[in-house]
Amino acid sequence: MEDARHDNATPAGCRAAGKGGELCVKKDPMSEYIAHDSEGQTVGKVEKKFFTFAAPPDELILDSGARLGPVTLAYETYGTLNENGSNVVLVPHALTGDSHAAGYYSENDDKPGWWDNMIGPGKGVDTDKYFVVCSNVLGGCMGSTGPASINPDTGRPYGMGFPFVTIADMVRAQKALLDHLDVKSILSLIGGSMGGMQVLQWAVQYPEMVRSAIPLATTMRHSALAIAFNEVARQAIIADPNWNNGDYYDGKKPDLGLSVARMIGHITYLSDEAMRRKFGRKLQDKEDFSFNFDADFQVESYLRHQGAKFVERFDANSFLYITKAADYFDLAHQNRVESGIEAFSHATARFLVASFTSDWLYPTYQSREMVKAMKKSGLNVSFCEIEADWGHDAFLLPNQRLTNLVKGFLESVYNETR
Amino acid sequence: MKPDKQDNLRFDLQVIASWIEPGSRVIGLGCGEGELLYYLKKHKNIRETGIEIVEERVATCIQKGLSVIQGDISEEIADYPDNNFDYVILSQTLQQVYEPLELIKEMMRIGGKVIVSFPNFGHWHIRYQVLFKGIAPLTPQLPYQWYDTPNIRILSIRDFREFTRRVGVVIEKEAAINTNNYYRSGRIARVWPNLRATYGIYLIGPKLRKP
Repeated sequence: MEDARHDNATPAGCRAAGKGGELCVKKDPMSEYIAHDSEGQTVGKVEKKFFTFAAPPDELILDSGARLGPVTLAYETYGTLNENGSNVVLVPHALTGDSHAAGYYSENDDKPGWWDNMIGPGKGVDTDKYFVVCSNVLGGCMGSTGPASINPDTGRPYGMGFPFVTIADMVRAQKALLDHLDVKSILSLIGGSMGGMQVLQWAVQYPEMVRSAIPLATTMRHSALAIAFNEVARQAIIADPNWNNGDYYDGKKPDLGLSVARMIGHITYLSDEAMRRKFGRKLQDKEDFSFNFDADFQVESYLRHQGAKFVERFDANSFLYITKAADYFDLAHQNRVESGIEAFSHATARFLVASFTSDWLYPTYQSREMVKAMKKSGLNVSFCEIEADWGHDAFLLPNQRLTNLVKGFLESVYNETR
Repeated sequence: MKPDKQDNLRFDLQVIASWIEPGSRVIGLGCGEGELLYYLKKHKNIRETGIEIVEERVATCIQKGLSVIQGDISEEIADYPDNNFDYVILSQTLQQVYEPLELIKEMMRIGGKVIVSFPNFGHWHIRYQVLFKGIAPLTPQLPYQWYDTPNIRILSIRDFREFTRRVGVVIEKEAAINTNNYYRSGRIARVWPNLRATYGIYLIGPKLRKP
């Protein structure tokens, strides 16, 4: 789900997972992790902040050669920066995530931040110890500058006039934010999926700043399979007549295309096993087939629901740009070297790599490839393949194994460098 | 040789720990829950790496703050550059390795010194069971039945000595030990080691070494 904020448990999905309402919550982790923390541990009320930089003539120079400015990043921080600035944990988010990784904006919020199960007091990333920073990516639509932002040259949204951004561009923008926050050293970076790509790029791009890094469920180069899914998702948006070559901000939005794009995404975030267990061939609110094209099966209903929820909060152009950035990602190519080994030879961080057995978007072999390159370039690396049934989504779900790994690793790095 | 008796470390691991120079780079192949590596990191300030195939054990190691990679030792070892480590340790795993000769060659390649330990099939208890009972051996050190044992290689202390001569490596240190009390304590079997020792522990190095 990449952002963990969509409403995963439709009433029907709930019935699919268990026989009674309570059973459902317990048996279906996908409905659990968007709920409030059962132990009540939370960073509490948080505030979205904004940092604007790169005003002309000092624009941010992007990999494409284009200049972009001014640039705003939306960000949140949790915990307190210690005196010697040695407790910073940066959390880059995945494709459709945002700066709201933990806590609540107000008491009335029905859901906490997207990684509230990992970030908080006493949790895997312990906010009593660490100063956590999470920002919305460059090109995003949750407060950072992206295609929906106003182009100062025209006074209208950028739309297709927005320059192409890469993972390294996202990292450059985050570096500017950390400079602004007077952060000189990063204890650790942790991120899954596209967040993991930023983690890898950080470690190679600014090695002197990064003491450790935790790339989860990710890859050092986007595979043909992953590009293929993204391309189909993009084509769904582009084929929507409302898309209007990206110029839709004054009229009807390409909701249909964007919701189909999201449906495709959701298929890749699950797994055969996860879908079999969650839905099987169960029908949605009916005893028999309808013999029409309504949602007969629960899995259809689930995907439609996810698609419909997504268009309420996400910008279609942002989706196009960010998926392209993920597709362009190849650690070697990005850093103009021949191989992953050569790329990692620029890094000095200690790494913890984790993959999940049922992840078919970024399968374990891609993590192993990464670990192999790290070993060959002499880096200190740990690797664990976590047994999990929930596909690529597993990295966002509450998982005691993952929490313990992250916690132990961070403590060890923190103690080493204090 | 005086074993380091601290932190309730298993006796055979105490012996190995006593052979490691402080501050060295150590890789443990099949490192389990990282007891030895943790001890060495804490008391001898080593830079550690472990390879372990079982997820649960790998997670335990990482939670302790150890650098450990989940994988098959015969495959993982191939990625390391020559002489990447000062010590390469294979503790009580040799008898489970499919291609021991290849593995030991790889161990010699990636490290200066190689430490190997294994249960001694020449122990009198085993000989007794085979000779008088006519059954496959079943001992505290080898608690498996013939049909469920992971131990696919049968070797004794004498076999290993012969092996080092044949492949051309030098035994630099050797400890034949007799363990009891769930390995917490033990002693060195100096007399008739192949008959009396439950385990053999060896530190081997390349034959042609510069003086």
